[in-house]
Amino acid sequence: MASETAEPYLKIVGVTKKFGEFTALKDISLEVFEKEFVCFLGPSGCGKTTLLRAIAGLDIQTSGQVFQKGRDISDLPPSSRDFGIVFQSYALFPNLTVEKNVAYGLENQKVPQDRIKTRVAELLELVGLPDQGRKYPAQLSGGQQQRVALARALATEPGLLLLDEPLSALDAKVRARLRHEIKELQNQIGVTTIMVTHDQEEALTMADRIVVMNNGVIEQVGSPIDIYSHPASPFVADFIGTTNFIDAKLQTPTSAQIGNFEVSLSASPPDLSAGQDVTLCIRPEDVLTGSRVDGAPNQIELGIHHVEFLGSFHRLHTDPVSGDTSLMIDVSVARAREIDISVGSRIQVALPAEHMNVYPARG
Amino acid sequence: MSEAAANTAPIVKPKISRDDWIMRGAMILIALYLLICIAFPLYALLSKSFENAQGEFIGLKNYITYLTTPALSWSIGNSFKVTLMATVIVMFVAFIYAYALTRSCMPFKSLFKGIALVPILMPSLLPAIALVFFFGNQGIIKEWLFGAELYGPIGIVMGEVFYVFPHVMTIMLISMSLSDARLYEASEVLGASKIKTFFTVTLPSMRYGLVSAFFVAFTLIITDFGVPKVVGGQYNVLATDVYKQVVGRHDFQMGAVVSMALLIPAVFAFIADRIVQRKQVALLSARAVPFQPKPSKAFDRIMLAFCSLIGFIILSILAMAAFASVVKFWPYNLSLTTKHYNFKLMDGGGWDSYYNSIELATWTAIFGTAIVFFGAYLVEKSRGFQQGRTAMQALCMVPMAVPGLVLGLAYVFFFNSPDNPLNFLYHTMPILVICTITHFYTVAHLSAVTALKQMDPEFEAVSQSLKAPFYKTFWRVTVPVCTPAVLDISMYLFVNAMTTVSAVVFLYSSDTSLASVAVLNMDDAGDQSPAAAMGMMIVCTAAGVRLLHMILTRGIQSRTQAWRKR
Repeated sequence: MASETAEPYLKIVGVTKKFGEFTALKDISLEVFEKEFVCFLGPSGCGKTTLLRAIAGLDIQTSGQVFQKGRDISDLPPSSRDFGIVFQSYALFPNLTVEKNVAYGLENQKVPQDRIKTRVAELLELVGLPDQGRKYPAQLSGGQQQRVALARALATEPGLLLLDEPLSALDAKVRARLRHEIKELQNQIGVTTIMVTHDQEEALTMADRIVVMNNGVIEQVGSPIDIYSHPASPFVADFIGTTNFIDAKLQTPTSAQIGNFEVSLSASPPDLSAGQDVTLCIRPEDVLTGSRVDGAPNQIELGIHHVEFLGSFHRLHTDPVSGDTSLMIDVSVARAREIDISVGSRIQVALPAEHMNVYPARG
Repeated sequence: MSEAAANTAPIVKPKISRDDWIMRGAMILIALYLLICIAFPLYALLSKSFENAQGEFIGLKNYITYLTTPALSWSIGNSFKVTLMATVIVMFVAFIYAYALTRSCMPFKSLFKGIALVPILMPSLLPAIALVFFFGNQGIIKEWLFGAELYGPIGIVMGEVFYVFPHVMTIMLISMSLSDARLYEASEVLGASKIKTFFTVTLPSMRYGLVSAFFVAFTLIITDFGVPKVVGGQYNVLATDVYKQVVGRHDFQMGAVVSMALLIPAVFAFIADRIVQRKQVALLSARAVPFQPKPSKAFDRIMLAFCSLIGFIILSILAMAAFASVVKFWPYNLSLTTKHYNFKLMDGGGWDSYYNSIELATWTAIFGTAIVFFGAYLVEKSRGFQQGRTAMQALCMVPMAVPGLVLGLAYVFFFNSPDNPLNFLYHTMPILVICTITHFYTVAHLSAVTALKQMDPEFEAVSQSLKAPFYKTFWRVTVPVCTPAVLDISMYLFVNAMTTVSAVVFLYSSDTSLASVAVLNMDDAGDQSPAAAMGMMIVCTAAGVRLLHMILTRGIQSRTQAWRKR
């Protein structure tokens, strides 16, 4: 992965896209580095596909600029840009064989026939379909079609690979396998890749960096771990994984009042002042229970209201801590053996300061 | 960046690629074609209706004369009367027929489906001639009319019901097959009776189809010229009036006025139909489960009896037309002969007019399909240029609203004008081809659009990313995938070019006489058997082309089934 100081491969500056009155993208700026795998993640309608289509030139932005390798491509039609694309529908040409589909872009570059042949064979080998070349797309499974689409997009060796929800038409098992394969392939050939997805798991497992989007703006850009453990906003915390939102009042920059309890915080954003209402976020699996509570700060005793069994862990829903917000606590099956988690019993828990994020109170 | 900075940021003006230029250029060419072939002639017609014989502008005077001369204006009332009557009857019959085909388990369904389409193969003059042989002054079963006269409203209604039956039946068939079986199951589970289910599920689900069928029938009947020409007698309707004013009295101005009177209801029916169809789209659910009828002995038998009766009537009209063409001297000598097929001795241009018709139909099918399909592709798949595409789309819909007679007369005014540089086309084969393509443009355009809409919208995006010019993908992917639709369009154009009379009746010359026009002229001259013979030539040709189309489609489907998903 390139270092952050290097010249970005793709630079997006102040991109805004309007469809009539509706603003789909608001002043988006972003840099993507060479060989990076970036995911645009967000709920449907957040503008992620619009941004991808602007980068491809399929729906050019209303204002703002896009640079690829330092070249201003803002107003160029797709045919003058350098990218390969895979759509959710794959858009394989149904009347052409797999080979012809993969060769389609090469033929337009006037590559000699024998060179095309070896290149197509190479690509089909690469995506693991070495002997399916003579078949038609309709004769392949969804996952195989997906790989053909990938081979076709990579055939002309584009500098940028764009993937628009490439896995969402597949069933869960195939999706999990292809996630890994695509990532592997991208590593192997080192093509800069942008993938649009609404599936957080996909983004977390595949991306070097995730761009979380909502309502036409970027909420956060960062590595998967970064985004998961330090979400920049309650939206990100809520959209990725599961989180507890706790209403609280800030006492000092490093402490807050939750109902009758006072908890210490590791830090709070500088723009928040003492006495202000805030929202504290902590993930259910970060709440300490059982023997790990001993000696830990920020201890609270709560009644258990309801228990969900989710396979490898139990999720406890507690009585309200402050106002009407209750807490979700994940307890692994192993730990559940050492404490009483029956409904109605009381439990001692601790909220580690380093896992609590502080945000301005939600509207 | 602040909100203000974003607002003042310069708007990006997309560079237009070579592909975009070519596509826009081609679209403008086709739009120009449509302007010249439909918009300008209609304007010429409209302005003619405000002129006197000397070509001076006289305002509404022609219209006032028209409306205050009872001999002229009573045809408005006549037209509406027979049209509404025939429409109601055909709706009723076609509804039961389509109901039998979709909701019963009677045998021979595909046979009945085929029989219902027989009238499409005939120019509307031909069933009218057959009616004369049944119910005319010397008809074999004329007493079935209880002394009433065939010539007049009775004949017109009978002929029109026959003529529009396949169109109405097809619309109803489609709208009935769209019904969702789950609604019927729900109704049954809730304990509703069959009759209640009919009124709460069946009828509501096809209300748009019914309204659409009504308007299609109404327009086809009020603008049809063949049937009233043959069996209308002294009973004037708008369509025959246009013809009489122009061909009989050479009063072009009055012809233009009557044309406008014919155009207005057609346009209204067209607009109403479009509004209804737009709503129908929203009704469709992708997850609907097709309805499967359950056998019911009594019901199936009644339906079989009904369809057999209708099928028998349709076939006997065809058989009578065929018989009329080979009978020696009706009704005195009923022995058979082929002499009526010796068109050399007759008015109407002889065999040449048949060959001309084949030529017209061939050119229309070839050029028409090419223009229509490529035009539809440009409208559907080009990028940007939104206003241009919307205007083009609207222009493509206009021909449907214009009755053939009106179009033909408009061509006379536009192309025959000495000031028109296209004047040289007048009285040639090309103008007949142009007129016929234009006349049937909309239906062909709509089937092309339907086929193109089923293609993945990202094909174009992918081929741009692969740097393929659009025409390459059009030729290598779009056309092969759409081949069945392309064949449908060309067959539609061919058959209609063979059977149409109304659009070309003002435009043919002695060198370009057509088979359908020959039927008209021979019937006019009292030579009904030769007219029937020429009509049968058209029927056989159209049937042959349909058969060829079926074989071709089957062949293509079996050769391409490897990649065509069902």
